[in-house]
Amino acid sequence: MPQRILVTGYGIISSIGNTVQECYQSMISGVPGIGRICNIDTVLRDELIVGEVKRTLPELLDMAGIEPEEGYSRNTVLGIIASSEAFHHARLHENRQLSTGLISATTVGGMDRCELFYNDFLTNETRNAYIDSYDCADSTERIASRLDLTDFITTISTACSSAANAILLGARLIRSGKLDRVLAGGCESLTKFHLNGFNALKILDQKPCRPFDKNRAGINLGEGSAYLVLESEESQKITGNKPICELKGWGNACEAFHQTASSPDGVGAYLAMKKALELSGLKAADIDYINAHGTGTDNNDISEGKAIETLFGNRIPMVSSTKQFTGHTTSAAGSIEAILSILCLEHQVIWPNLNFSEKIDELNFLPVTRLITGEPVRAVMSNSFGFGGNDTSLIFTKI
Amino acid sequence: MNFIDGIGMISPQQTLVPGRFPDDVVEYTADFLKCIEPVYKTYIDPIPLRRMSRLIRMGISSARMCLADAGIAMPDAIITGTGLGSVEDTEKILSDISKEEKFLNPTPFIQSTYNTISSQIAIHLKCHNYNTTYVHRTFSFESGLIDGMLQLSEGSSTRVLVGGIDEMTLNHLNITRRIGLWKRQPVNNLQLLNSKTPGALAGEGAAFFLISADRSDHSYARLRNVSTLIDIRGSYRRDQAIRNFLLQNQLQPEDIDLLIVGISGDAVFDPVYHQFASDFFPNTPLAWYKHLCGEYHTSTGFALYTAAQILKSQECPEILLLNHKVPSRLKNILIYNQFRNINHSFLLVSSTD
Repeated sequence: MPQRILVTGYGIISSIGNTVQECYQSMISGVPGIGRICNIDTVLRDELIVGEVKRTLPELLDMAGIEPEEGYSRNTVLGIIASSEAFHHARLHENRQLSTGLISATTVGGMDRCELFYNDFLTNETRNAYIDSYDCADSTERIASRLDLTDFITTISTACSSAANAILLGARLIRSGKLDRVLAGGCESLTKFHLNGFNALKILDQKPCRPFDKNRAGINLGEGSAYLVLESEESQKITGNKPICELKGWGNACEAFHQTASSPDGVGAYLAMKKALELSGLKAADIDYINAHGTGTDNNDISEGKAIETLFGNRIPMVSSTKQFTGHTTSAAGSIEAILSILCLEHQVIWPNLNFSEKIDELNFLPVTRLITGEPVRAVMSNSFGFGGNDTSLIFTKI
Repeated sequence: MNFIDGIGMISPQQTLVPGRFPDDVVEYTADFLKCIEPVYKTYIDPIPLRRMSRLIRMGISSARMCLADAGIAMPDAIITGTGLGSVEDTEKILSDISKEEKFLNPTPFIQSTYNTISSQIAIHLKCHNYNTTYVHRTFSFESGLIDGMLQLSEGSSTRVLVGGIDEMTLNHLNITRRIGLWKRQPVNNLQLLNSKTPGALAGEGAAFFLISADRSDHSYARLRNVSTLIDIRGSYRRDQAIRNFLLQNQLQPEDIDLLIVGISGDAVFDPVYHQFASDFFPNTPLAWYKHLCGEYHTSTGFALYTAAQILKSQECPEILLLNHKVPSRLKNILIYNQFRNINHSFLLVSSTD
């Protein structure tokens, strides 16, 4: 029997709440976090709506208990807040004899500071404290330093599937016996850099996003951070942590189709879900709910929908996207949505796919449009797909 | 068992010809060492090539060189590491939006995403297999190797393509010079150790390796182990880590025939390597490589290329040697690299027999 991977802790900050409990309350009450841009000085602020964490950087630093010293990016502080919640939940400061890794994911890194100070970087010495915070590793190393997690650390960037791949690597390192416990997830703050980048690609909706709707018109970007604590069963016996659920399967595949578009039949999505299912040992019919990548772009939702139809045939599980609540939190989406999926197992609910009115012509199934309670939820699948066709699927099951 | 079965290396040296370490060394006096680039249309179709920035071109070309060298068409996994991704594309966007936020050209944005190289390779090969990208400073390439070896040990793959790619630009050099990473003046790469000043000589490179579970008649070497260690608090955990690393691989310090270290001409951090060598490997021949490729986050790609060539040819070029000790046997090579005495990595490479 391969080593079971147990989830024993989690932490999250997003536009719908600063803790797991707050996010759960927003989800169960059906309150999305999408709104006007408050923390970024951009010409797009009157055009776009986003899922922004409703705190300024100084407020976030204060929340994290960090002295307002220089060099912290918004991304790093979001990462510290969410990772600390997960760290304390699973009491990673105890049992230090267990080997504990930190695998974090980001793509924008410290770009929020870098884009503000770029001219200073080029012309003077005033912002030198922020030069180091530009790259992706900086947030990971600052988290590692604060939490004293140094047995294994690395950073992953596969665009919008980054955090899912961090969780996947964590599981593999535990299963291979290289680590006992892993804190895995991702952080991503909104930046002018990627707001403009996505805008240039013409895939942002100016209205609340409408995943799986016939009239969907693109993404609402979001920000946030989330981390899971994964433990081997042996480690969990030592820590005595109560398992929240089991990470039962994971799959990574590549579309190999186009840098920013998904293939019409969703071959990457199909292969990622199929690999995860095979590894989990479950049958397609065992999956009760799919938390879809569901960005609300014309392209993703058809492609993902087709892949789901190919894999699940005429027994399609309940499907919804939760990006109408959080916005598309890009590199953090994989871990934020993993936690939202895990909450379905814990509370026996299924999240509604908000803003839906009309079925996509090309698809034969409807997303779940209201909060479902009273149905058994034993196994959930969380999908995360990225630019470049980096597709990853995770399966969590009830203990 | 992990055998290096193919190599593609683009570097500031004449490394484009596979199969052997270059006979002649290219000498530079420069702010940073720039890669000698191949004729890209040999590797990339002209239409997509036009829109590709330099790092993406180097990445795809070195990956294709590597696959051609190994004689395989389709790897079971594509894994890349890059400390900084496409700096050129990122700078284009930063420079645009810092002036005025207007409709951008989306191409630099797409290419600035770190996973562009691994996914572009997949698109070129139509490879749907495992695909990921590591972006952790000097652990980027090492993390890729660790993942690749894990793929092989899981049995899900038998041949994985792992690469490390980074570029330097003048803007980025000037910015990061402010925090002491680089020399203030142009230096001669072959006189690097005479400079005795703080900061390294910057460089760049693209290195891909095909790592196979099975040995073939053209295998270069065996990649036995890779380990990374972060020492944020200066707690000297590295010393314990190297002892454990040798122990894990059932080796004594005397079993290491050649120690390749990341000495970069930086007067502040080079003593870290000298201390390491004298503490643990006082009698071992010592070699370096950053005078040939410069310092960059994935420079251990060049070091692994060097070690693989040495083990295959059973010759150690004199230009690499530092301490006048000539290796009497070439079976086990240890590579040790560090960044700011915080990020330490060890790579153990052995001959195939």
